[in-house]
Amino acid sequence: MTKAGKTTDYTASELLAVMAGRLLVDGQIVFAGVGVPLLAATLAQRIHAPHLTILFEGGTIGPFIVPGELPPSTNEQRCTRRANMVLPITDVLLLLQRGYVDVGFMGGAQIDRFGNLNSSFIGPPENPRIRLPGTGGGNDISSLTDMIVAMKHEKRRFVADVDFITSPGWINGRRTRAEAGLPQGGMWRVVTDLAIMGFDAETREMKVLALHQGVTREQVQDNTGFKLRFDSNVETAEPPRQEELKVLRELDPERLYTA
Amino acid sequence: MSTTDLVKPYQQLRSDTLGRDRGLREKVMSLEAAAKLVEDGDHVGIGGCTMSRTPMAMIWALIRARRKNLVVSRSITSTEGDLLLASGVSKHVVTSWFSQGIVWGVSKVMRHYTEAKLARFDEWSHMSIGLRYRAGAMGIPFMPSRSMVGSDVGKRVGDQIRTMACPFTGEQVTLLPALNPDVALIHVQRCDAYGNAQLDGLQFMDIDMAMAANRVILTTERIVSNEQIRRTPDQTRIPFFTVEAVVEAPIGCAPHECYGVYEPFFASLDDYAERISKDPLEGCRQYLEEFYYAPKSWPEYLSKIGMDAVLDACRRGRSVHND
Repeated sequence: MTKAGKTTDYTASELLAVMAGRLLVDGQIVFAGVGVPLLAATLAQRIHAPHLTILFEGGTIGPFIVPGELPPSTNEQRCTRRANMVLPITDVLLLLQRGYVDVGFMGGAQIDRFGNLNSSFIGPPENPRIRLPGTGGGNDISSLTDMIVAMKHEKRRFVADVDFITSPGWINGRRTRAEAGLPQGGMWRVVTDLAIMGFDAETREMKVLALHQGVTREQVQDNTGFKLRFDSNVETAEPPRQEELKVLRELDPERLYTA
Repeated sequence: MSTTDLVKPYQQLRSDTLGRDRGLREKVMSLEAAAKLVEDGDHVGIGGCTMSRTPMAMIWALIRARRKNLVVSRSITSTEGDLLLASGVSKHVVTSWFSQGIVWGVSKVMRHYTEAKLARFDEWSHMSIGLRYRAGAMGIPFMPSRSMVGSDVGKRVGDQIRTMACPFTGEQVTLLPALNPDVALIHVQRCDAYGNAQLDGLQFMDIDMAMAANRVILTTERIVSNEQIRRTPDQTRIPFFTVEAVVEAPIGCAPHECYGVYEPFFASLDDYAERISKDPLEGCRQYLEEFYYAPKSWPEYLSKIGMDAVLDACRRGRSVHND
């Protein structure tokens, strides 16, 4: 399957981690969830962003994750390995409010056309079909910094309006986020197993910026529950390289998060 | 909680504190004796976060003592939340996230109790929970912050939060009501008989929670001498005068972790998840029967989990000191 360092032999989660990792810039401070966000941030550190700092909600500044010992949440001792500092949860979250964080990076259960995320209720909140675990720090992170979300591209996950805004994106588009009392941050990129999306600078509607290799516009639209916009210059993303997949498989040999 | 009793009145906060014996005195007792300090209906703050430094031995004792109608608050709620609901100890959880852990998916026990409206799950953002404890620790009625606005998380808690224009800058800020638990349950690596507690690794919200609470029940991996505490007072995080009980409970977070001592008991947690996924209510009932009601002591509970599991978790836990 390998040709010129490229391969098509990878899982959807690996694709997400590679594509999302490439969006991170050296020197950034990244507030990361476990799973794909952590793998992507660690991958970025190994490949092109050695001075990238990871923050964990549990209260860790700048850890290096031990390969094969991925943490089950952001709050266990595995999150603190070789960290620069540990501090109380409230204080690490306050770094967002103070303005030290460049990017918040998390997964999502449901997202809408304005980048609002729902991780609280499927169905009406007063009488839900499914009560989900809730915000955790998601609401704080998305309220206070620029966001990258990595998630599977499915019609039931990409809906016109989320059932419940757990983590605010651009609310109802245009200036509604700032008007709601959130003058900073906002949804920046949504990375899926089909495409990479951003948001129109004026209307704040989701639009496709790049497609993964072999993916068509129709395929993305068919898996989206609202009318997608496409950038005037939609690119094709470079597929995962061997060296990127190698790092991911070293980090997660048991495929805990990359199955 | 209605908005009128949302924030403990300042006079009461002060008189409750003055009413306690704050002298330097020994307060070592059994889990059973400590459980008697918690009254039905109390607001109980639970230390640690998700699977870390969960005061499981104390929760075990409260479930066995069949406490009722506790309002429990925690930064993030994991399996202990399932057990508090299923045992009937609590019908009201205040937290930011509630499920066993990301790798195990959404808790079906939490789903059953909340979807059938048998229990209340008040969802606050994680920072907001933390700032509510901090306001409580500071002896002020509220804390301004900049999240929860614009979202349905903020709308859903209704008039439990307010917004105002900052009197200095005119900006809109969120006001979060102080949280002052009646009792905080906190597990630490070591403390002395007076309750001077030192904790290693991640602190979570424990220090603010201890200062906010009316009284603290400490469980500890080991009790050390006051002399040892006095050699490293910079490591002491919770002062003795907040503490009402000290209970020595080795491996007191099992099957969760205690930093530098043991990691999560992954096989036990997988076993729990499997029981719950088949039939959440029956699975939880059987788990409570086997692990909570049948064992006669905390060591018997640990024996039920198994020596192999304890040693494996301890080997992994202590590995942070190897590098």
